[in-house]
Amino acid sequence: VIPDPLPVDGIDVDSGEAIEITSVAITSFLPMTALHDWLSRFAGGEVLAASRLLTVVERGGDDAATVLDAIFPRTGRAYRVAITGAGGAGKSTLANVLTRVYRGQGRTVGIVAEDPTSPFTGGAVLGDRVRMTHASGDAGVFVRSLASRGSESGLSPLACELADVLDAFGRDIVLLESMGVGQVETRIRFSADTVVVVLTPEAGDEVQGLKSGLLEVADVIAVNKSDRQGADALARDLASIVALREDGKGTWQPPVVMTSSPDADSANALAAAIHSHRTYLDVDDRRTARRAEALRERLRLLVEESWRASAWQSPTLNARFDAIFGRVAAGTLSPYRAARELAESLRAGFPR
Amino acid sequence: MNRPIKVLIAKPGLDGHDRGAKVIANALRDAGMEVVYTGLHQTPEMIVEAAVQEDVDLVSVSILSGAHMTLIPKIRELMNRGGLAEVKLVAGGIIPEADATVLKKLPGVAGIFGPGTSTKDAIAFIEGLFPNRAAR
Repeated sequence: VIPDPLPVDGIDVDSGEAIEITSVAITSFLPMTALHDWLSRFAGGEVLAASRLLTVVERGGDDAATVLDAIFPRTGRAYRVAITGAGGAGKSTLANVLTRVYRGQGRTVGIVAEDPTSPFTGGAVLGDRVRMTHASGDAGVFVRSLASRGSESGLSPLACELADVLDAFGRDIVLLESMGVGQVETRIRFSADTVVVVLTPEAGDEVQGLKSGLLEVADVIAVNKSDRQGADALARDLASIVALREDGKGTWQPPVVMTSSPDADSANALAAAIHSHRTYLDVDDRRTARRAEALRERLRLLVEESWRASAWQSPTLNARFDAIFGRVAAGTLSPYRAARELAESLRAGFPR
Repeated sequence: MNRPIKVLIAKPGLDGHDRGAKVIANALRDAGMEVVYTGLHQTPEMIVEAAVQEDVDLVSVSILSGAHMTLIPKIRELMNRGGLAEVKLVAGGIIPEADATVLKKLPGVAGIFGPGTSTKDAIAFIEGLFPNRAAR
């Protein structure tokens, strides 16, 4: 499905001439018959087909759009849990112990684990599988590692699309494990039904700073490595911070759970806390509302992305950009004013 | 958009030394590849399962235990049965020249790398397997 190049499809107000519409390159890697073959094998529950379709979605372009279109009606059945926190906080390990709990309940699990791409080489080491010992040798668990490839959020939009594939594949629970994140990772709330924020005692002094940002998106807070010194104090601090919160959006108070990976009971406690949030969402259609908000956000991003992509394919925009940049480089125009002028001159192309 | 070359680095069997595997993982990352590392003590079944789920372009195993004549054919066979017939397999580690000669004759075993192999050579070899997929 080729995005409509809206922003360049219009009339230039200055000259009155029509701006040419550039066609968006068709980016297909597979013959349509092969794609349909994989889709039907996917519908039949074949793991290899799920894996191939994940790759198709990773590559993007027209094939990805075909796959995401085809599977969309089958999404929404899985319960999605995002796990986020600083690097080394224990996200993979908690995903692993949660997997064991869910498998014990007879639920199937899909995991998307994202790790950072080097901005210098484009390469990445994806090491989350090392911790996921409960995942291997079990057909009820499907783990896919993903490199961030330049995405700056802890969970890229692509991670959510891969989660869609695992959801449509029929996994009961989909865990999304983010990269290590700092304090201002708030977009993650659009990626899952329940967001687990993992903190460790070492982060104690930073808790003040975390009052806004990451903690605000937490539906469940895990104080991991709880056997270490300072864990009790951190849990107390966190509990008092969330107790102070009156956000007016509901009455959910994120539970603070002490976790320690060797301790099976703590994994059960974490799963129970996630379940209590799930139960909360089941009241008054809260889950439907939350998912609708996330879908709206995703659609907004997709529209922006296709606008951006097609805008930069416009020779007119590029020509104007180069012309106006000449004035910026010469020091006669500030970049702020230049951006405004450029946007104004293009605005005629946008439907009001 | 094509994705970078994606490689699974795996440590089959009982040997607990993954220094070499980690050195290779870092070198391939620095060459612009995406490297999935499995960790230690993987059975051939676990390795092939990971390769299927990750949809890698290449499986690279590191074996220092001496069990290469058993493990490599076994992994290759499971890959073929699991729908990964077209995915190449390479191995590194302490593998005597005579054994390497035998293993290299197995269909789908693209290369065997002994001690002293430079990371530069390993990278060049892998890039050579994917002429249309050179990292940026």
